[in-house]
Amino acid sequence: MADAVAIKDRGAAAVKKSEGKFSLSNLSQETLVFATTIVIFAACALFVNGFATLPNISTLARSVSVLGILGVGMTVVVIGRGLDLSQVAVLAICAAWSLKLIGLGYGLAAGIAMGLGLAVAIGAFNGFAISIIGIPALFTTLASGTLVYGVGRWLMLDGIITYAPENQPFLLALGQGELLGIPVPLVIFAVVAMIGHLILSRTSAGRFVYAFGDNAEAARLTGVSVRVLTIGQYAFSAAVAFLAGLVTAGSVASINTNVFSSSLIFDVLLIVVLGGVSLSGGRGSIASVLAGTALIGTLLNAMILLDVQGDVQNIVKSVVLLGAITLDRKLHPRDEETARQGDL
Amino acid sequence: MADTSFRETLIRLRYKWSFQQFIAELLQKRWMEPVVPFTAAALVVLAFAFLIPGYLTVGNIVSTGRQFGEFGFVAIAIAVVIISGGIDLSVGSIFAMANFIALMLFNMYEVSAPVSILVTLMAGALMGAVNGILIGYVGLGAFLTTLVTMLIFRAILNLLILRYSVEMAISMGDSSVWDWLGGGSVLGVPANILILALVAIVGHIFLSRGRPGWYIAAIGANRKAARHAGIPVERHLFLTYVISGVLTALGGVFYAARLNSPSSDTGVGMEVLALTAVVLGGVNLSGGRGSIGQSLIGATIVLVLINGLVRFGLVGGATSAFLGFMMLLAVGIDVKWARNRNKAIEKIYVVPTYFKLGKRHDIAPQSSSPYALNNRLRDAEAIGLGKLDGPEDVIFDRDGNLYCGTREGFIWRFSGKDLQTQEVFARTGGRPLGMAFDRDGNLIICVAGMGVYGVRPDRSVYKLTDETTRTFGKVIDDSRLVLADDLDIAPDGKIYFSEATLRYTAHTWATDALEGRGNGRIIVFDPATRKTRTLLQNQIFPNGVCVAHDGQSVLFALTWACRIERYWIAGPKAGKLETLIADLPGMPDNINRASDGCYWLALVGLRTPAYDLAMEDPGFRTRMIKRIPNDEWLYPNINNGCVVKFDEHGTILETLGDIGGKSHPSVTSMREERGYLYIGGLSNDRIGRVKLSGVDESWNGPASYWGKRS
Repeated sequence: MADAVAIKDRGAAAVKKSEGKFSLSNLSQETLVFATTIVIFAACALFVNGFATLPNISTLARSVSVLGILGVGMTVVVIGRGLDLSQVAVLAICAAWSLKLIGLGYGLAAGIAMGLGLAVAIGAFNGFAISIIGIPALFTTLASGTLVYGVGRWLMLDGIITYAPENQPFLLALGQGELLGIPVPLVIFAVVAMIGHLILSRTSAGRFVYAFGDNAEAARLTGVSVRVLTIGQYAFSAAVAFLAGLVTAGSVASINTNVFSSSLIFDVLLIVVLGGVSLSGGRGSIASVLAGTALIGTLLNAMILLDVQGDVQNIVKSVVLLGAITLDRKLHPRDEETARQGDL
Repeated sequence: MADTSFRETLIRLRYKWSFQQFIAELLQKRWMEPVVPFTAAALVVLAFAFLIPGYLTVGNIVSTGRQFGEFGFVAIAIAVVIISGGIDLSVGSIFAMANFIALMLFNMYEVSAPVSILVTLMAGALMGAVNGILIGYVGLGAFLTTLVTMLIFRAILNLLILRYSVEMAISMGDSSVWDWLGGGSVLGVPANILILALVAIVGHIFLSRGRPGWYIAAIGANRKAARHAGIPVERHLFLTYVISGVLTALGGVFYAARLNSPSSDTGVGMEVLALTAVVLGGVNLSGGRGSIGQSLIGATIVLVLINGLVRFGLVGGATSAFLGFMMLLAVGIDVKWARNRNKAIEKIYVVPTYFKLGKRHDIAPQSSSPYALNNRLRDAEAIGLGKLDGPEDVIFDRDGNLYCGTREGFIWRFSGKDLQTQEVFARTGGRPLGMAFDRDGNLIICVAGMGVYGVRPDRSVYKLTDETTRTFGKVIDDSRLVLADDLDIAPDGKIYFSEATLRYTAHTWATDALEGRGNGRIIVFDPATRKTRTLLQNQIFPNGVCVAHDGQSVLFALTWACRIERYWIAGPKAGKLETLIADLPGMPDNINRASDGCYWLALVGLRTPAYDLAMEDPGFRTRMIKRIPNDEWLYPNINNGCVVKFDEHGTILETLGDIGGKSHPSVTSMREERGYLYIGGLSNDRIGRVKLSGVDESWNGPASYWGKRS
């Protein structure tokens, strides 16, 4: 009898324990990240001078918007078990080319349309190389980014920095304006995030992206036209990167192509992965990007206010990302039996 | 040959040698893989030598060589990681860090050169170990992890430079070792190239001959399979990153010794360069395939290209554009080639040739021909029915126990009353085919896929031979025994055996029929000297082998040629080859002695008019192979055979058949034993036993060879 009770107790304890564990691993990463953001935000507001002021919040919003916009594009690709390292090259070259064309007198609409067209073409080419030729996404986009940057610098642009043409208030407004007191970049980020969210959660194409990311072979066998889908994802990512380029151009009235060799793409991956979009595909949402962007934006802003050196900032970011992926690996351990070959 | 028309002679000549066969066999070689990148490298160098005046001057070569030395280490480092199925983006940062640490130790702290180098290499190992622990043991993704460590190492380096650059600028170490590393040379070869060559050779041996190297490639090729095979995956992944760190640091040391400059942009973008190099060299990005030589070829292409572009006055953008383009092109070709290589080889691998068979004998049951079929095998008593999977050959020992080899690689033994007790006698591991007993009662077996093996009476398996001398000038490595088929033992103990074909395996042997080419050979193994020698080359599927009753000659069957040949091994005609029986009505398989001084011969299948016609038209067979899937190819009939008996002069005496193939459709072997004939079949499910009338009912095979037991 006593034994039975003991067993029962132990059983109950086990259930309790597994419940506790269950709720922790069930807690979505973006919720965790949001909570962390709020804690850090509160701490910064309390201890960092000049953090909780309206101008600073506005600056923070502006500075993370570009990152967030890129993150939305990256998320769509990463959920589909891909990776787009060519975003920064597209951002720099296509936007700078657009500025140059507008400066040459092609007109605002034509200039933007041609830049956008080039960006979409690059994205579509990425998708083609990945889905039809079969080159891994990592190498396709690494090489195409290098190629785009190289051709842009060599044949399309005149120098490292391309300045925005005079008398184009619309262009500048993209980066510097305010709409109902909200910075325009933030508005654009919100709109892009909304569009991304609607596509991913409300359209069949969006659901197919999840299906493809979760099990590419199963998606193909079910009849999803996976090649078109992949091409579409990368085209979307490139178009979004072009938009981010215009916002960048608007905020500083120029594009510096050296951004290609900066760690911007790392920051984009940082916010995407931090928010819980798994690089092995099929997991995450736009909410993940918002969470990641909020956390990194807050951290960066606080470090800038605290006058932390750039290299130290990089170390902090890296350690945060390392912590996030280690935690992710602990919560969702890799199953060696079902792991796919070539997961990097 | 008198009736051969001129046209036939022409066709025969046309198909005698095949360039296509040469290409197909060449493409199967592993060493063919780096040939394309190597040619590309040579072309790039030549193009620049031609376009840029003074490009091939000693000065330019030496200065490019020194850069190459440093870059080569990094390329090898990244290649090792990629072969293991990972990636290392942190090489550029580790390189810069090693450069800094070496300079700091040597210049600022004035540590002696060897110690500085040693400590730097250890620092490289440590940085690699960080990657290795995170990727190997914690199980993080290689791409993100090394991206992060790339940033961390670079940031730490920048902080260190900020802190120490002034002190480093004013101090200067002095050492002849250091100077030699940076600018010394032996016989005009820069020091770092020498060390690189040394590392490359050691690394190549490590990767291609050493156990850890094999494990690393196995993990890269299929991680799951490697884990299932019991390879410690974590430890070896860890090891690859440590190796990568050390090699990169070594490159950094040479860079430090050459330029003496701890600048912060050292090694920026190096990971992309090294990746491009490795890919251009043909190292497979998904892991498992690649070599150090390939990565160095790739490194040559990249460096020469960049160097040439700079000489052309194109910088910045153009270099990036070329790099990106080359990388896309190389990976694209690699991916497509890896996917379609086997398909391409399959399309051109089978190369038919001209072969003309003589007239077919009548086999109709009512005919007066000695080949007239009957149903004497139909009612054969079945042994092991349903418990045997393909007893190709059957044999008896002196005590009357029956042995046969089956598809699982087992040797079964039947013993006791009416051979009712069935047990596994031995396991060979390959596909056991022909068998014979030697003087000491060991069972000697041809094992397809392995060679010639023996089983002692105590059931232990031992190897006799699995290789022979290699033919000079042949593309396919014919030193290995691929398809040892049947054997027999001469009175002097020498083992004569046939290897049916060099170009196909135990699973695809029937495709050899479509070639009709002499792809097989007769080989002799002498147990006294343990030497293996190829006796006769270019035989058309040599199959059954039997030493004649007088021990003076060896009879062997050429399956697709439908012939029995006699090769004299002793007596006045020793070394001569003659045809004993030509134009059999079917494809001959094993030959064995009969009790009355004659021979039993199994016909695995019977010729058909369509087969004979097809053999005369290699063009037809080529088109068939190219255009229709292989399950619809016209194969020879190997579904319905029979047993015939012939005497010393090749005269056919009698035929035992099974019309309709109820019990014994295709017969590959038969043995006479104490008044019975036992029948085996390559794809049958039983051994058959037929009573013979008017034969010596005490006759036993081993006794016929080695005399009655003394």
